[in-house]
Amino acid sequence: MTAAGIAAAVRSGQRTARSVLEEHLGRIAAAEADVHAFNLVLHESARAAADAVDAAVAAGRDPGVLAGVPVALKDNLCTRGVPTTCSSRILDGWTPPYDATVVRRLAAEGAVVVGKTNLDEFAMGSSTENSAFGATRNPHDLGRVPGGSSGGSAAAVAAGFAALALGSDTGGSIRQPAALCGVVGAKPTYGLVSRYGLIAFASSLDQIGPFAGSVADAALLLDAISGPDPLDSTSLRDAPPPASARLGAGVDGLRVGVVAELAAAEGISADVVARTREAADALAAAGAKVDEVSVPAAVYGLSAYYLIAPAEASSNLARYDGVRYGLRERGDPGGAGDITDMYLKTRSRGFGAEVKRRIMLGTYALSAGYYDAYYGKAQRVRTLIIRDFAAAYERFDVLLAPTAPSTAFALGEKTADPITMYLNDVCTIPSNLAGHPAISVPFGCGDDGLPVGVQVLAPALGETVMFQAAAALEAAAPPAHVPVTLGGGASQ
Amino acid sequence: MATRISASDVAHVARLARLELTGEELDRFTGQLGAVLEHARDVEALDVAGVPPTAHPLPLVNVLRDDVVTPSLDRDEVLAQAPSVESHRFRVPRILGEEP
Repeated sequence: MTAAGIAAAVRSGQRTARSVLEEHLGRIAAAEADVHAFNLVLHESARAAADAVDAAVAAGRDPGVLAGVPVALKDNLCTRGVPTTCSSRILDGWTPPYDATVVRRLAAEGAVVVGKTNLDEFAMGSSTENSAFGATRNPHDLGRVPGGSSGGSAAAVAAGFAALALGSDTGGSIRQPAALCGVVGAKPTYGLVSRYGLIAFASSLDQIGPFAGSVADAALLLDAISGPDPLDSTSLRDAPPPASARLGAGVDGLRVGVVAELAAAEGISADVVARTREAADALAAAGAKVDEVSVPAAVYGLSAYYLIAPAEASSNLARYDGVRYGLRERGDPGGAGDITDMYLKTRSRGFGAEVKRRIMLGTYALSAGYYDAYYGKAQRVRTLIIRDFAAAYERFDVLLAPTAPSTAFALGEKTADPITMYLNDVCTIPSNLAGHPAISVPFGCGDDGLPVGVQVLAPALGETVMFQAAAALEAAAPPAHVPVTLGGGASQ
Repeated sequence: MATRISASDVAHVARLARLELTGEELDRFTGQLGAVLEHARDVEALDVAGVPPTAHPLPLVNVLRDDVVTPSLDRDEVLAQAPSVESHRFRVPRILGEEP
């Protein structure tokens, strides 16, 4: 059942929110031990929230547009009184004293939060293997990764643990796991959704966005959470473009550009390239004017990103010092025992290897003598990417590209070499650097039978046309693989 | 661009970032950071002379709110999250070498 269908049934009194929740908790009880999508399942508070929705319906009050819809939250979104870990030891024992703005908006619309989902520590990774609490597994093949960093949210929706989920996307962390798990995932325009209560990774790139089983459900969730917020000075002041406005409008006459450089970027596998071309053909068959377009600087996004994001992260993660919250390690007996020693011990034991790598990379890129060569150059490349996109959007309404270079890969396959892992983000990063929206839509399967995602990209505040094209793509997509946790066959 | 990052560069950066590395970690991170920085060199092919840097996707300057007092986080609730507290303040190990 879709999220929109659940909300309609609950609002009309046809179903209770409680029965919907119990159905989802039943699927969690059956398969969560295999998938490990969650850091925490919130059975009791979810039941209380569902009962409150049912009471509102019984009393004739408006229960909200997401009434009774089970939603999973990435565990880097602050929830008052509920542990929020970023899948890191350094936040051991911390419970936020406030809710993220998106969490408050979900509650106001009657959504039922079922749990906090696993992620790569501080959202740094592309496989959800960099978690202090163990890896999440892909519901389509338990021997493979769900992608990352929002792998727990993607897996939760794919496995039917939640009808919707929220993730965060700094370089592809919503879209890549959505592609690998066969669900829809969108990164909105920078500033469309308040970041208040999203634990910061790279502040000029981070954006919260929806996971859903369909394009319409993703639009429903995005419309519920977007809009100005006085608590986030980077949230856009104006009313957001409605994602749901033109879902059924089709693509007749729409100008669609296939990004030549991304369709042929380093390491994109042949089956993913083939599905992207078929997606373009499907939109052409539906009446779109499809042509190839060059965005030359896009391929340099990866290099720029892996300087800019770590630089911002090295600054943002300086706050984890063992003073105000979370882990504090005391210095070794006989050691210096001063505050510097405490910082060193706390941060060295609290952070995992990938987080340390990025903090050091960022510190280096910002340090005297290297700033211009690395960080400064990366910022100029960012400008080139924005210019090249602007030129492309003079000729096209939306762009098309692969989401991830391959289908889901095996657990452990890419953990030894950071660069191999980073290459997962080559097609998703340019949108973050530009601040533009992009959405991944499932489009058929790879040679191994596992899901492939294709991206629709749009200019800033182009959500309406982006979701319009995404809905047409979804309507034209070949049959999807069914997760093994829901009775689907094993991959080939 | 700069020459390849050395183990002593990595040790220096780790110290700046308040991270303590074992010898094994220092070796591994030196190789890995070197590889990432090497990959970043592909931007050398791009001519960025005269291209202004972009620090942020939005052209925002000095976003101000009205100067109105609003409730803030409860002090005791915030301090309850701290590893060590004394007299409503965060307690830390000694600094600057004085006796605790």
